Amino acid sequence: MKVISKIYTVLIFVFLYAPIAVLIAFSFNSTKSRAVFSGFTFKWYESLFQNSEIFKAILVTLQVAIVASILSTILGVIAAVIISKSSKKVGALFSNVTNFPMLNPEIVMGVSLMMLFVFLSGIFSFLSMGVVTLILAHTTFCTPYVMLNVLPKLRQSDNSMYEAAIDLGCTPVKAFLKVVFPDVKPAVITGAIMAFTISIDDFVISYFTSGTVQNLSITIYSMTRKLVTPEINALSTILFVAVLLLLVVINIRQTQEEKRRGAVKKC
Amino acid sequence: MLKKSSFILSLSFVLILSILFSALPFSSSAYNDSVTINVYNWGQYISDGSDGTIDANEEFTRQTGIKVNYTTFASNEEMYAKLASNGAVYDVIIPSDYMASKLKNQGMLRKLDFSKIPNAQNIDDKFKNLHHDPENEYTVAYTWGYLGLFYNKNFVDASDPSWNMLWDQKYDDKILMFDNPRDAFSIAHFILGNDINSENKSDWLNASELLRAQKPLLQSYVMDQIFNKMGNNEAYIAPYYSGDANDLMTLNQDLEFALPKEGTTFFIDAMCIPENCEHYEEALAYINFMCTPEIMAANSRATGYSTPSTKAKELLTEEEANNPILYPDLSAFETLPIYENLSDETNEYIDELWIDVKTGTQNNPMGLIFVLLGFLGIYVAIVVYKKLKNRYNK
Repeated sequence: MKVISKIYTVLIFVFLYAPIAVLIAFSFNSTKSRAVFSGFTFKWYESLFQNSEIFKAILVTLQVAIVASILSTILGVIAAVIISKSSKKVGALFSNVTNFPMLNPEIVMGVSLMMLFVFLSGIFSFLSMGVVTLILAHTTFCTPYVMLNVLPKLRQSDNSMYEAAIDLGCTPVKAFLKVVFPDVKPAVITGAIMAFTISIDDFVISYFTSGTVQNLSITIYSMTRKLVTPEINALSTILFVAVLLLLVVINIRQTQEEKRRGAVKKC
Repeated sequence: MLKKSSFILSLSFVLILSILFSALPFSSSAYNDSVTINVYNWGQYISDGSDGTIDANEEFTRQTGIKVNYTTFASNEEMYAKLASNGAVYDVIIPSDYMASKLKNQGMLRKLDFSKIPNAQNIDDKFKNLHHDPENEYTVAYTWGYLGLFYNKNFVDASDPSWNMLWDQKYDDKILMFDNPRDAFSIAHFILGNDINSENKSDWLNASELLRAQKPLLQSYVMDQIFNKMGNNEAYIAPYYSGDANDLMTLNQDLEFALPKEGTTFFIDAMCIPENCEHYEEALAYINFMCTPEIMAANSRATGYSTPSTKAKELLTEEEANNPILYPDLSAFETLPIYENLSDETNEYIDELWIDVKTGTQNNPMGLIFVLLGFLGIYVAIVVYKKLKNRYNK
């Protein structure tokens, strides 16, 4: 049984990582072919940094992802707090309504957001389709993910701590920031990272709400009439390595923190 | 302590606001000192500065001071959808001929002031006054190309090139076909000898019958996957655009290109200015710049498609300018048809027929029904079993 479960684990990992391995391998391929490996080269990495179109798209993607994940984290945490404090019925209603963007098909949401923005841009000129609408749209679909991450942690946290803080003279805001927030901080960070990745990942909603700006996913999609350049492989490799490094750093920090906490408890 | 946290809070708000507002000039140029024009072109369809070539957009900005917000699309229909939804305002767009004619008919294009585009005279006369723009008022040719047959010379005998090769039993399961109705149907039309711009429903029905007969022989309907499949010897024969010959042939040395004897259709991708553009004068300047021979030559080299300007051709190397694929001898054909914009009714009919072709004969829905019935049966069996078990236990 043990052997089988080991084989199963290996298979799962192969299944998950083989496509990425192939993608990385072909970013070093000397020809544009995605089937035959004909030689090792770094030229796609060099030309990637000269390609202003891709570079601009990366900037837009990052700009949108950073702002949208910050905004949706703030909104998501506020919503989670409200839901956790309100009565069961109201809370259920609230969380259902806020989860709606997550369950809604992306295409429906993309089209409806586009129609909304087209309508609103006639009234408020700053809402013309572009980075601003892109950020608003991304904030909309990222918020529920943050909320879903934070809510369980909030429900777990001990309400009497918060009440104690109030009794000792804290204002509600200060009590939240000093007592409740540190307790749920890991969940908030996970939610923010999730929002960030979902924002980078998105194509459908961006496609409808981007106006005349273009993020990375739209740029890559528009290349598909012709052969997609291996510069994209190179870019994906860089992103993959960056995310991997980020995860490693976060993990190391977490284990260190746990060790420190363990030491404190023993005292 | 309160001060510190509220300080951090307000700091983060200021940060967000500043990023938000730094984003604003991107979307509306009113905040900008110099003008930014929005250009919408096909993906990877311009000389972009890679491998030491000219970066056309950058060069334009350097010469005129006009900034370019350059974005891309993957198909004419996609571009049309974006334009028609009012979701974005563009100053220069580069659709294909039939789409330009559709936009023109719907009043979505603005007439060009050719006195501001002196370089348009560099375009050869045979690319002017064509069906999509008979008075030469709305469009300026950018590149052109035509449909042809790509085949692997090790497996396919192309001594007598014909579209019928795509229906040959010999190449069963090694044939690829266009995954878009217009190109696929026109191949069938060529075989049947129909007009590719026919408004006659029976012509389209006959063509769809032919495509239906082809489906069992096909490996798949593809667009850009052709590069992998042909490059990898997974498929032996496929129709595609002449401008991609260079890419395909570098992927696989065994690939060759042939012009079928029944004829072909050629297409022009043309620069136009939408009716609702914001910077008409600057858009004209952009089109004028794109018509300089140096830029036309660079674009032709970068995209692989043929240039409509003899002056630009003179700037290419001997080998490039005499490339028989890009500049074929078309004297053998009386006329080369070009896609015309069809009536809405015909377009809808084609879409319907195309869905029938792709889903109809092969994918038998009975299979799916049996699978669903099977699942339902198992579900019912489980429910009944549990009920019986419960009753027995009681």
